Amino acid sequence: MAHGPTRRPLLAALTLAALAATAACSAPGGSSEPAGAATSAPAVSAATCGTAPVTLKGYFETGFPLPKNLADEFTKQFPNVKWDIREDQFAVITQNAPRVLADDPPDLMRLPQVSELVKDGLLKNLDGYAQSTGWDKWPASQLEQMRVGASGQRGDGPLYAMGLNFSMTGLFYNKKLATQIGMTQPPATLADLDAALQKAKDAGITPIDQFNGGATGGLAFPLQNLMTAYGDPAPINDWIFQKPGATIDTPSNLQAVQHLEKWIKAGYFADDINSQDYATMMSRFIGGKALFMFNGDWESGNLDKQMAGNAGFLLMPPAQAGGKQAAMSAPLTYGISSKAKNADCAAFFLNWVATNQQARDIAVKVGGSHPMGPADAYMPPVQEGTVTAATLAAGATIGKDNGAMDFIANATGAIYAKSWTPQLQKLAAGQQTPDALLKSVQKDYETQVEN
Amino acid sequence: MSAPITGRRARRARRPRAVWLGWLFAAPAIVMYATFVLRPLLLTVQYSFYDWNGIGASTWVGLDNYGRLITDSELFATILHAFELIVFFSGIPVLLGLFVAATIRSIAASRLATVARTLLFLPQVIPLVAAGIMWSWLLSSTGLANELLSAVGLDSITRAWLGDFDTALPAVGVIGAWVLVGLCTLLLLAGMSKIDPALYEAARLDGAGPVREFRSITLPSLRQEIGVCVTVTVIAALASFDIVYISTQGGPGNSTMVPGLEIYYLAFSEREVGMASALAVALVLLVLAVVLPIQRLTRDGSR
Repeated sequence: MAHGPTRRPLLAALTLAALAATAACSAPGGSSEPAGAATSAPAVSAATCGTAPVTLKGYFETGFPLPKNLADEFTKQFPNVKWDIREDQFAVITQNAPRVLADDPPDLMRLPQVSELVKDGLLKNLDGYAQSTGWDKWPASQLEQMRVGASGQRGDGPLYAMGLNFSMTGLFYNKKLATQIGMTQPPATLADLDAALQKAKDAGITPIDQFNGGATGGLAFPLQNLMTAYGDPAPINDWIFQKPGATIDTPSNLQAVQHLEKWIKAGYFADDINSQDYATMMSRFIGGKALFMFNGDWESGNLDKQMAGNAGFLLMPPAQAGGKQAAMSAPLTYGISSKAKNADCAAFFLNWVATNQQARDIAVKVGGSHPMGPADAYMPPVQEGTVTAATLAAGATIGKDNGAMDFIANATGAIYAKSWTPQLQKLAAGQQTPDALLKSVQKDYETQVEN
Repeated sequence: MSAPITGRRARRARRPRAVWLGWLFAAPAIVMYATFVLRPLLLTVQYSFYDWNGIGASTWVGLDNYGRLITDSELFATILHAFELIVFFSGIPVLLGLFVAATIRSIAASRLATVARTLLFLPQVIPLVAAGIMWSWLLSSTGLANELLSAVGLDSITRAWLGDFDTALPAVGVIGAWVLVGLCTLLLLAGMSKIDPALYEAARLDGAGPVREFRSITLPSLRQEIGVCVTVTVIAALASFDIVYISTQGGPGNSTMVPGLEIYYLAFSEREVGMASALAVALVLLVLAVVLPIQRLTRDGSR
């Protein structure tokens, strides 16, 4: 094969060119007109599973037993409905969502932030079901995060997802350690909280345990809580919902980041915070290694089991005593693919979760969070003194103060991984200033919203 | 006269059929290769000229994506990180591999050599994900690495190695070095075993010591094996994904972000398929640009 070496590249190049020519003939992707779902309001449609055998296809988040328990109970009550469930981690679901909704449409799927999925016409407009089931008569705040308008901003417009329950974040604390440092009642102001943190540090206890490693900027939890202490939740929500002209770079938010930086510099967080993941945080907190942890009530049921009687919960204290309180509070979002085979049955299931007594029991006991539904709906009894009781009570306070808001990581699909996380890790390492942090996040946000 | 003619004719008649048969045997492989290697490769090149989120309509943007590669300092930094990893993924395994292989060869007969070989090759058979998880425990603030440092009185330098801006990338590099040392050692050891013992004998008769032996006989004879080691490990460094994804996911900040991981984030989290494709194409070209000269350099000597 004397000519081998000279001929081979030529042949390869020719093959490549030929294949390139065939591949390049059409642009990738679907058509440019929006899917029908977004353009006109659907007719009132009945949410029902009928009586014929149905297999609902679910795509759930792994590590959280709530949806699985609800599915099992549903099959018990409606034996004609079987489930075909696939589970993944939330980060994986976030990355898979568009492709899965388009290519392998599930009837029910745990969703990340929905606005980009709606823009691509991947989610079913649930307004028809909302009308027939009466969801539109529930407190509006429960559903507004899942409404997406024509321009892609959230907060109003047609409903594109539902919650299995709605959860809320704040501060969990270890009651034994609290007594040890003389914290007999929850801090009433931000200054009280600062004092408690200092006392814990002086006593050799890690004041706050928080995850912030890898691709998970957990400092966003305390940061957003601090934002509520210094400012009003409304402009933050506007920013998350992509209202025109909204900015995260406000004077009160700057105070919040500065306060967080103060906590970091004072050594209130573990020094390996930038390599700590969520699981490590949980095991350290449950193991009694830290006084506080910023986290959500989805852990209430778990903490009641793992450190029974020893876990407490409080909302972020306001800057001034008696001030209004706010919290990150979001529905556990589930949507129906616009191509789902059994959409009616999936909608019936979502309605059942919010209205059936057993389902509401499961939502509280297993999910640890407040069920969705009408304000006067049945509430399962909760044992006094448990942390679940404390988080449910805190939820009522938030409702009264109108302080519920979405998570700042949900503003766009990429803002968490590409902006908040690296920026907060730099702040933790002393490589970023509060002012530049907010400016940088805002800049990324603007390019992402444009896209 | 007639015999040669029929002979030639017979040969001519047989040849086309043989060629046809040959292609038939190769066909399954060609089809698979075209479907799963060439087609995705070409589609990636095509996507790189579009602004596309992977689902909706796409817009032709020409070379804009490539332009951003050069101007966006964050994207460019990922490429620099990949080059820094070459030191760990390639430099350390090859140098250490040479040293270890030479040592093992000198004790070849003993049982210790077998044990050493097995131990060194172990990282190759452990799934990278498991290795990454194991190392993130070892390198955590309460992990073995820090405990050992404390034990010898070096408390002052203990830290969360993978969570520190200054040490995260080298720490990832150490994991890579650990994985690749065994592969290089084994390759080099195999190379050494085929060197003619008479050469060593002759050198020894001429009065050469072990260092001279290594420099004048072992090293030149291993030229090709070293070439393979360097090629494989440099590609592993430039195209690294799994070790980084498991141990740091690119953090803290973007201090361990490498092109492979950035492509993944661009495509699946930022949903910029066009940009991700452009970076992927650039990465392929970069790997070729680095690896082809290495191939040439290490091949010439043997020809």
